[in-house]
Amino acid sequence: MLWSLPFAVLAAWVLTRVRFPGRTLLDAFVHLPLVLPPVAVGYVLLLLFGMNGPIGRWLYQVFGVQLAFTKSGAALATAVMTFPLMVRAIRIALEGVDRGLEAAARTLGAGPIDRFATITLPLMMPGVLAGVVTAFAAALGEFGAVITFVSNIPGETRTLPLALYTAIQSPNGDAIALRLALLSFVLGLTGLVLSEILARAMRRRLGR
Amino acid sequence: MLSVALDKRRDGFSLNVAFEAPTPGIVALFGRSGCGKSTTVDLIAGLLDPDSGNVRVDGTTLVDTAAGVSVSAHQRRIGYVFQDARLFPHRSVTGNLRYGLKRAKGVRQRIGFDEVVSLLGLAALLNRRPHQLSGGERQRVALGRALLSQPRLLLLDEPLASLDTARREEVLPYLEALRDRLSIPMIFVSHQFDEVLRLATHVVLLDDGKVVAQGSPAEISLVPALRAIVGPEEVGAVVDGVITAIDAEKRLAELRLAGGTLRISARDVLDPRRAHHGVGSVVRVQIFARDVILATEPPHALSVRNALEGTVVDVTDDDDEVLVRVDIGGVNVLSRVTKAAVEALRLQRGSRVWALIKAVSLRGHTFKRPEATSPMP
Repeated sequence: MLWSLPFAVLAAWVLTRVRFPGRTLLDAFVHLPLVLPPVAVGYVLLLLFGMNGPIGRWLYQVFGVQLAFTKSGAALATAVMTFPLMVRAIRIALEGVDRGLEAAARTLGAGPIDRFATITLPLMMPGVLAGVVTAFAAALGEFGAVITFVSNIPGETRTLPLALYTAIQSPNGDAIALRLALLSFVLGLTGLVLSEILARAMRRRLGR
Repeated sequence: MLSVALDKRRDGFSLNVAFEAPTPGIVALFGRSGCGKSTTVDLIAGLLDPDSGNVRVDGTTLVDTAAGVSVSAHQRRIGYVFQDARLFPHRSVTGNLRYGLKRAKGVRQRIGFDEVVSLLGLAALLNRRPHQLSGGERQRVALGRALLSQPRLLLLDEPLASLDTARREEVLPYLEALRDRLSIPMIFVSHQFDEVLRLATHVVLLDDGKVVAQGSPAEISLVPALRAIVGPEEVGAVVDGVITAIDAEKRLAELRLAGGTLRISARDVLDPRRAHHGVGSVVRVQIFARDVILATEPPHALSVRNALEGTVVDVTDDDDEVLVRVDIGGVNVLSRVTKAAVEALRLQRGSRVWALIKAVSLRGHTFKRPEATSPMP
């Protein structure tokens, strides 16, 4: 999640602020995981990042990193799946930032990076936060891409929904399934409430 | 010296302005909405790029398209006070004020934090957040923030336009104080001639993207093109004079002009909010053409306090009426009279006349105080 955040901010910024010929194409590409069957995304990941895939082999040979059928792989799969949600939320936040304030910062001697760090980013924080929480909640529920890319290995790549599914499939798993369902309910609710409280505090600071 | 020459075309609008003005001082860009004032200041600040032209401030070239020079906006050191203040909502007043100051390190500091706070009366506001400020307070903070960035030039884009009359009075005296105490050149954009009158040392009259006229406020007040912008009612000569006497009992102040003495109602001069008026201070007065009566014989037994003898230098038709320009010892005064009056008095160039001006019709704006040590407004 933390790894994908900077990329999401970058993608949102490029899509909102930069005008270039392939923008529509990039926009569509970013949103692809939202409309593709998750299993298809998992399969593409497996083709690219699997031990025989072009990127996967290179990663293994150079860094000794294996993604397919590992925890990191599960994280990658959920990150890819939730990326569009994050980008969308951040983009809306960025569009809400008054460009006049950036112009004001410019006349006060702030260069581009300085401006982004001291004006744009703090002002879009509530939206970024909302994006992160939504993406996190969606990541917890990600099923298809994960099971395709990293399978369902106990203690390694068994995510909450995978565990829940396994429990339902096993003869005496009802009690476990119920507990897992409750856990996901609590996790989800806590996340949403927390983000709402934080967003409200931020908005109050901004006087909105 | 401030010198600006800029060309810019966009969205079917073409801007072509050029002016020069001595520094320090306040240059007023005056004209109707949409005449290109804001575009001009955006170009000077570097928020827009000109198609061609140059901007020079006190020997430093900031833009010169012919030489391929264009200093980036954040390195120009040009302060900008926007019409809508544009304070950073996530920072306190102090945080806003220090934003530019922090980024002006390595620049010779002309004005410090404490000085700005006291000059603009910000001490009580420092811990507040922008949304807790009134419109006038916001503009003062924006002004302080721009000043602290140690600008070589300060741009003020209609800083009073979003304020009502009472709030404007919360800001105007501070602008006057800045003009009189600091040596930072300023460009002040306005479509209110009374603001220009109070602040400007040099006026650039803009219409439809072009400079129509430029000069001192007194010179500009006589330009015929001004009428279309301010409206026929507001036409009137601007004169600067020095207060030579104040009669507190008769509520009358005497003003020495180049060509005589003008008596004005002491209403403004004795106003406690403007206690810094006094004998010796320079006062700027606008004599509205509608308030000036002309006589061809020396008048007597009239309530009017001013009868200034002069010569008619110009008679111009102005719609259904006539504008007569009278030279009074080098000072020009405009009078609006009917065509019937022109005929009856046989007014023409060279006629000897007395301009009768009611003292109560004249409002004085202090332009310069006798010395810089008088108390703050």
